[in-house]
Formats: sequence, C-alpha cells, structure tokens
Amino acid sequence: MKKTVQELLLIENTQLNHDNFKLILQSKTELPHIYPGQFVNVEIKKATEIFLRRPFSVLDVDYEKNTFSLLVKILGRGSKVLTTYQPGDTVSTIYPLGSSFTLPKKTDKVLLIGGGSGVAPMLFLAKISGLKPEQVHVILGARSKEDHIDISAYEPFGNYYFTTEDGSLGTKGFVTHHPVFTEELGNFDKVYTCGPDLMMKAVAAEAKKANVNCEASLENMMACGFGVCLCCVEKTTEGNKCVCTDGPVFNINQLTW
Amino acid sequence: MVDLSVKIKDLVFKNPVLTASGTCGFGEELADFVDLAKLGGVVMKGTTLKPREGNDYPRMAETPSGMLNAVGLQNKGVDNFIKNIYPNIKDIDSQFIVNVNGSTVEEYVELTERINELDRIPAIELNISCPNVKEGGMAFGVSCPSAEAVVREVRKVYDKPLIVKLSPNVTDITEIAKAVEGQGADSVSLVNTFLGMAVDSKTRKPVLSTITGGLSGPAIKPIALRMVWQVYQAVKIPIIGMGGIMNATDAIEFMIAGAAAIQIGTAIFIDPTIPIQIIDGIESYLKENNLQSINELTGSLQI
Repeated sequence: MKKTVQELLLIENTQLNHDNFKLILQSKTELPHIYPGQFVNVEIKKATEIFLRRPFSVLDVDYEKNTFSLLVKILGRGSKVLTTYQPGDTVSTIYPLGSSFTLPKKTDKVLLIGGGSGVAPMLFLAKISGLKPEQVHVILGARSKEDHIDISAYEPFGNYYFTTEDGSLGTKGFVTHHPVFTEELGNFDKVYTCGPDLMMKAVAAEAKKANVNCEASLENMMACGFGVCLCCVEKTTEGNKCVCTDGPVFNINQLTW
Repeated sequence: MVDLSVKIKDLVFKNPVLTASGTCGFGEELADFVDLAKLGGVVMKGTTLKPREGNDYPRMAETPSGMLNAVGLQNKGVDNFIKNIYPNIKDIDSQFIVNVNGSTVEEYVELTERINELDRIPAIELNISCPNVKEGGMAFGVSCPSAEAVVREVRKVYDKPLIVKLSPNVTDITEIAKAVEGQGADSVSLVNTFLGMAVDSKTRKPVLSTITGGLSGPAIKPIALRMVWQVYQAVKIPIIGMGGIMNATDAIEFMIAGAAAIQIGTAIFIDPTIPIQIIDGIESYLKENNLQSINELTGSLQI
C-alpha cells in the first residue's frame, strides 16, 4: 500500500459532541484501500505554532466518493484548531499509515472495545468486518453520557453496549466492568481494542487470562508516522518496534504488557 | 542548463541535497514518497557494530519550532545492514552514505573496516556528535584530542571520502573542525542536534525518558547557519550544512554561508517529499540568478 502526501479537500465538519468532530476529506484521485486501525497524519497549518503533524484514526471510507472520515477528539491545541476547519479548506495529509486489525474469519464471534478516539477504528471495523451483526459485539466506554458519540449509523453492523464512569449511560464503570466483558469474554474468538493505554492494558490482561486472541491499537507519540524518526517505539517480545509502521495494531502476545 | 553537482574529494553528488542520518531510515522508507535516484545522497540511520535497542519511550518532545529526540542510535547493527539492507540500496543511482558510530575508537575503526568492504558505499559520515548515548557519541566530538584520535585512527583504514559530523555543543566549533581537518577528514557536516530538555509542569517530570535530548528544526537554524559561516572561515575542506532547513530558501542560505552541500533532517518528518522540492527550488534559484553552477553559490555571502 503506497503512502502519499496529499492535499485533501475538507467537505464536511460535523460536531458529534462537546469534544468530538467528524471531518470528511476528499481526494481528487482514487483512494487506496484503507483498513481499520490505519491512520492519517495531518498537518495543521492554521496552527502555525504546531510543528509536527498529528495522527488521527480513520472512521469510515467511501470509495465511490473518494472520501474518508476522521474522528477528531480535542486533546490539545493541534486537534482543537483542526476542528475549526471549514468545508472548502484543504488539509495536508500523509496516508494510509500503519498496520490494520486482522479481519475476523467468517465464523468468528468478535468483541470490539473502544474508548476515547479509539472508538473510530472499532466502528470502522464493525462496519467492514464482513460478519453478521449477531457476531459483532461492541463495548464503548467514556467518562459520562455526553462524552459518547451517536453511533446510530453503525447500529446495523453489530450490538452496542455503553459504559460510563458516572453511570449516566449504560453500565456504570469501565469497559471491563460490562457484563458482556466480565461474563462472556471466553465465548469470543477475537477481541479488538483501541483507546487509552490503561483501558487496553486492562482488556489485554483479561483476554490473556481467558485465552482469547486479542489485538490492540496503540497511540504512542510520534514525529513522522512512516518509520524514520524511531520515536514512537513500543517494547515488544522482539525488541523496540515502531508503532507507526510495525503497528499501531499489535497482537497483545507481541507486547510486554 | 545549470550544474547542480558538487564534489567532495573525488565523490560526485548529482545535486547538493542529502537526507540527514536518523531522518530517512536507510532510504527505502522514503521510497513511497520520492524517487531516491533524484537525491544527491542519503545519509543512512546511524549504524553500530552490534544491534542497539536505543533509549526508552518517550523519546520525543515537540518544542517551539522544533523537537527534541532521544532515540539513542537504535539500529540492528552492521551485520544486519550488510545482509538485509545493502543489497536493496546498492543499485540505486544515488550516494548512500553510512553514518558510523562507536563507543570506543576501536569500535569506530572496526565498523569502518566492515563498511569499507562494501563497494557501493562511497563514503562514511563519522558521527562524533550523537547527544543521546551514554558512551562514545558526542563525547568524542566535544574535545579536540578525542575528535582527532577517532579521525586519525579511522583515516588509517579508510581511503574513501571521510565526512565528520560535528556537534554544536562546544565552545568553539571551528577548533573541532580544524582538528579533524588536520587528521585528514575530507569534509565536515554540521550541525548535529543541540542538547536540550523539556519539562512537564503538571507532573514536574522530564518529558524524555533520558531527561535531555537533541533539539532540531527551525529553532536551531540561525545558530547552525552561524556555525557553518564560522567553520567556512576556518577550514578548506567542503562543508555539508544542516540544522532546521525546511525549504529551498533555507538551503540556499546555508550554501551562501559556506556549505558546499546540505542535509535535510527534521523537515522530512513533516513532508517526506521536501528533499525533491528543495532540489527543484535550488535549480530555479540558480536560473533566476544567472548562475551556471551551484558551486558559485557556496560562500558567496556579500559583506
């Protein structure tokens, strides 16, 4: 999959909740295949004080319109300025970057667990998994009801469960407190997770105990995104690996968690 | 037609734009973005005799107009280079230069001897300026006697062009430049990164696992430019200038200040196609200014 530096046209910027936005970007040329877990490195030129690009997960792709959408969660100055971009603006991107989640086998029953901006690849994966909705179960966690985004567009592709730390939506607690996780984990063939480190580590620990195959997508800080700066390394069973090129998706057995 | 080619000793670069060590992998990593054969040269990731895991994460901190890194020479060692990387790059029509590192003089010499066996590696860049390793690295590049010792011993076993990469973390960079020239270096490349530091005020912890790291990017450009200018006054060997070059204008400024060639580093992280844009920009500048050869630009500062 060839990586390119491309100026894309922003055709839509939708606010999903108080700090999450969906940006739809369009290419003039045919899109390469983009898979769940892969990311796009965006130069935020309107924030002149931001030096490096910022990585964002792909939420969805429309090959007919040559568009893909990014879930942009405001985490700092860069992401905040990006959410002020308007339709008609151009955005400098490098994509598609990184590895993707291994797609499930036809007969697999899968559990997808997302939090924060890690919700994006989970929704994308649910949509293109190729499985029947009853095989796909998705737990999404957030601090509170208003931190969750509307996932109705993805409802046809799976069963969705919510957790909130304050109990304002779904099960009170973390994703690992949801009954689907605490009681049925062993029934899944595969667990996929993306989100904050602590969340993924908790998921991975339980998946290991239950002997369920598990992949996690990491969010280490990076400078380049294509494997030359060697800044985003994660310790693995085979030594330091670049999250941007060897990952961001790793099987948890490769990690030293 | 303008002549973009530059020479270091008997080695011809088709243009003065090289990619800097540690910012372009082994060249292959940039192949999606640029035609490597269009580059003047590629200075590959710092290589050591034995594999190195590098420093712990986090290794990077974004800073105003730049960044700190503390990678610590992570590489798979020279055996891996010879077996798995050299075969892929040896037939690409550019100059692939190995950045040679060691923690002792003996290691520098032994690694140089290994690289010397490779016909298609036309030169080495002796790195005596890495700020992110505990042993060797910058320690050799901050005093004249140690810089001289490394260059003297490596020179004995290496007849091809020998470039020495200098540290800016010194009182007077011209002294080091003169010292390595005196031991037979064919060129000096400058500057490596400036030793810097970032602190997280919320946690009161250092941002980097190593506490300090190397600063690069436009933040260092005026200092790097000044050092190139000073070294140009002090030595006769060609200078390869670098430090925060983001575009063709920056590159041209370094050449006016005295650089015969330049390296692009941190700018690649933001736009890996930038080396080609800079080559094109330099060519346009020469045409617009009725210069036939890039060499007319080097040291052409009007005072």
